[in-house]
Amino acid sequence: MSTNTKKISHKTLHLTKRDSIATWKAWVIRLIAVLLALIICAFVIVGITGENPLNVYSGIIDGAVGSKRRIWVTVRETVVLLLIGVGLMPAFKMRFWNLGAEGQILMGGAAAAALMIYAGNLPPVLLIILILIASACAGIIWGFLPAFFKAHFNTNESLFTLMLNYVAMQIITFLIVFWENPSGSNSVGIINSANKGGWFPKIFGSDYTLNIIIVVVVTVVMTVYMKYTKHGYEIAVVGESHNTANYAGINVKKVVVRTMLISAGICGIAGAVIVSGASHTISTSTAGGRGFTAIIVAWMANLNPLGMLLVSAFLVFMQQGAIQIASQYGLNENASDIITGIIIFFLIGCEFFIKYKVRVKKSEEDAA
Amino acid sequence: MENYAIELKGVTKRFGSVVANNQVDLALKKGEILSILGENGSGKTTLMNMLSGIYYPDEGQILINGKEVSINCPKDAFDLGIGMIHQHFKLVDILTAAQNIILGLDGGMKLDMKKINQEIDALVSKYGFDLTPAEKIYNMSVSQKQIVEIVKVLYRGADILIFDEPTAVLTPQETERLFTVLKKMKLLGKSIIIITHKLNEVLEISDRVAVLRKGKCEGVVETKDATVESLTELMVGEKVELNIQRSDPKKPEKRIEMRGVTVRNSEGLSILKDISFVAKSGEILGIAGISGNGQKELLEAIAGIQKVDSGEILYYPPNSTTVEKLSEKTVREIQNLKISLSFVPEDRLGMGLVGSMDLADNMMIRSYRSGDSRFFTDRKTPRKLAKKIVDKLEVATPDINTPVRKLSGGNVQKILVGREIALNPDVLMVAYPVRGLDITSSYTIYNLLNEQKEKGVAVMCVGEDLDVLLQLCDRILVLCEGKISCIVNAKLTSKEEIGMYMTGARKAGV
Ligand SMILES: Nc1ncnc2c1ncn2[C@@H]1O[C@H](COP(=O)(O)OP(=O)(O)OP(=O)(O)O)[C@@H](O)[C@H]1O
Ligand SMILES: [Mg+2]
Repeated sequence: MSTNTKKISHKTLHLTKRDSIATWKAWVIRLIAVLLALIICAFVIVGITGENPLNVYSGIIDGAVGSKRRIWVTVRETVVLLLIGVGLMPAFKMRFWNLGAEGQILMGGAAAAALMIYAGNLPPVLLIILILIASACAGIIWGFLPAFFKAHFNTNESLFTLMLNYVAMQIITFLIVFWENPSGSNSVGIINSANKGGWFPKIFGSDYTLNIIIVVVVTVVMTVYMKYTKHGYEIAVVGESHNTANYAGINVKKVVVRTMLISAGICGIAGAVIVSGASHTISTSTAGGRGFTAIIVAWMANLNPLGMLLVSAFLVFMQQGAIQIASQYGLNENASDIITGIIIFFLIGCEFFIKYKVRVKKSEEDAA
Repeated sequence: MENYAIELKGVTKRFGSVVANNQVDLALKKGEILSILGENGSGKTTLMNMLSGIYYPDEGQILINGKEVSINCPKDAFDLGIGMIHQHFKLVDILTAAQNIILGLDGGMKLDMKKINQEIDALVSKYGFDLTPAEKIYNMSVSQKQIVEIVKVLYRGADILIFDEPTAVLTPQETERLFTVLKKMKLLGKSIIIITHKLNEVLEISDRVAVLRKGKCEGVVETKDATVESLTELMVGEKVELNIQRSDPKKPEKRIEMRGVTVRNSEGLSILKDISFVAKSGEILGIAGISGNGQKELLEAIAGIQKVDSGEILYYPPNSTTVEKLSEKTVREIQNLKISLSFVPEDRLGMGLVGSMDLADNMMIRSYRSGDSRFFTDRKTPRKLAKKIVDKLEVATPDINTPVRKLSGGNVQKILVGREIALNPDVLMVAYPVRGLDITSSYTIYNLLNEQKEKGVAVMCVGEDLDVLLQLCDRILVLCEGKISCIVNAKLTSKEEIGMYMTGARKAGV
């Protein structure tokens, strides 16, 4: 600020909450956030590697869609993330903050792994059906506790679901000891690598067709469920106001429990899709933070399934790209986490600008 | 020029295709009380929100004390000395009055509560408020909360005060007290704008009246030249007949009976004590009382929302000899028995409707379980119903896909009442049905209630305006501290008598 003039100009920031915002404007803001994030990422990467940023971007694209295999991995990861997002959707719509997708995925995955290990010789179709049912049930069990306590004792569901993630993690650690193969490796290894029992089969020449089919079916069913069914309507009313729900004769406790079970069940199925459909093993990183990333997916897309697909695809694209650059330039694997971290930071941060209008205001005042 | 506190010149505000304010010119003189009058949805609140920094005008100028200003946010408004008391209070429940008053103010590092309390006390005695700065908000009644809001804007040094329907939630006595304060403020040089739908209040308190119609300012008149009739005509644009036609109940039959009903709240205090009465078909039973004396619980108990501790609530269906015990049933069970109980609760957006859902979806709240399919909702019927209600009750809304929250206060109520009447009820319960409604809409609602009564519905109406209750109802039940203090024939009683029963100055049988 200039002090030699008589006037001092102040610049003040004014924040006002927006009443509503046009959908296209919101997406423009998000797009700008993404572009900014990419620019910052480029600076970071260039700072570390000294490479031409254009090379870095082409590295990202190469990593995500550079080969047939990579495209399939990107698709596989996208649909899993979408599935978890769809799982969170009914709970979030009801304003039930299910932060326990991570644990529900792990339990679903554990159920799938158990069936693969103990019942790997069953006829493949039967086994896969059993795996899907068992993993959904495992997720449901994991979701039942917080739902029941929320409905009957009004406990805080975010804390409860969050803590169950750690319990799930411990159970998996224990199971790994139990299922260790080969012994001493401290891991379960690839299950049934010989007979592929319980592996999702190759359909139309791809290993991941069944993953896609499951996710598409669940997404469509849930979209219809939320929009056109009486249950979906009940969820929307309960989410808005328990008083209104009581007035409408909705049994709030029942709806809370039922909806949370659906949410957790879908997350459990996501566990099976990861274990039987992709990794064919189980470890404490089977969920790999997807349960949390999916929260961002669901939230940014405003619980709209199509939006969730777009956000998942973008996040996975960047994640895969980041992994590629990290290995290309010999960076530590954490480097890719930093890149995804920056992008997520910008995406969450831009929601602020969607909610609030920021104005810079100049005012002139006589210098004292 | 200099003697205007506020001047609006050609102010226009649009929400999408809705023009809420259209080229409004309006001026507030210093030291006067100006009423703003207008039908529901005529743009009163929107206009005031532009002065308090919530909305920004699309066109036009705002001049404060003769200087053109731009009000971008509530803080700008405060800096200009404008304070608005909204209809929905914005207080933090768990804080004390004093803490709420200073909330959001800049200040040094150290909070000198003692000095602040002294300043608040000074304000309180200057204007003659009844306020304890150390009291927590959640312990306060609506009118006390309103006082906190008023002191809050005064503490920030407001010279121009805007009240949006301040009396809608007050009892007649509380309104009287508020008006005393307003007059005091005027004497001390404050300029005041007040929005109200009650014409007698307009005539009592204001110096001038501005009338808005469909977003346009239709004129400003001196209050001393105005009458209820002339204002109504200006507001509606044509001459209207305002009267309630009360017919004698035809073939009254027992419909609802309460026998010794007691209701306790979560702390174990009884809210209703040993209530016994009968509501009959073809009559309107008024329920009077100072707010918070059990009216809400009485209706909610019948609707099945409020649990009853002892006693029973009986329902006698028309053309049948069976008796249903409502006190043991949930809302759902009552619905399943095809008992048609309609209920317009006091809290419109918190209980009766869902603000973020559109009109059509709000139609299904009480009937979403009906329809052919067990699993899927039927959205066609509610859409048709929404269209019908919008046409019949002249609801101001762009279309039926608009979220209810975006409608003006009065139109929200029309939607709710319209829906409940559309259920073809045997029993219709309404709580403060015309709160916030303009005068013509109020009469529309009164006529709807009368229509229902003539169809043989048992109508129960909780109200606060005794003049209206006396004209509308056949019998009036007066509640005082959760007990029935009397049930009187509305034709044979007076406002004064009911007033005495309300305050407990007279007891039944005395
Ligand atoms: N945020 C908004 N978005 C869209 N439309 C709005 C919004 N706020 C108000 N409106 C519309 O603007 C018009 C004027 O509304 P406003 O609330 O100012 O009316 P009002 O005169 O205060 O009515 P009432 O007496 O019922 O309170 C209405 O048609 C309303 O539907
Ligand atoms: Mg209003």
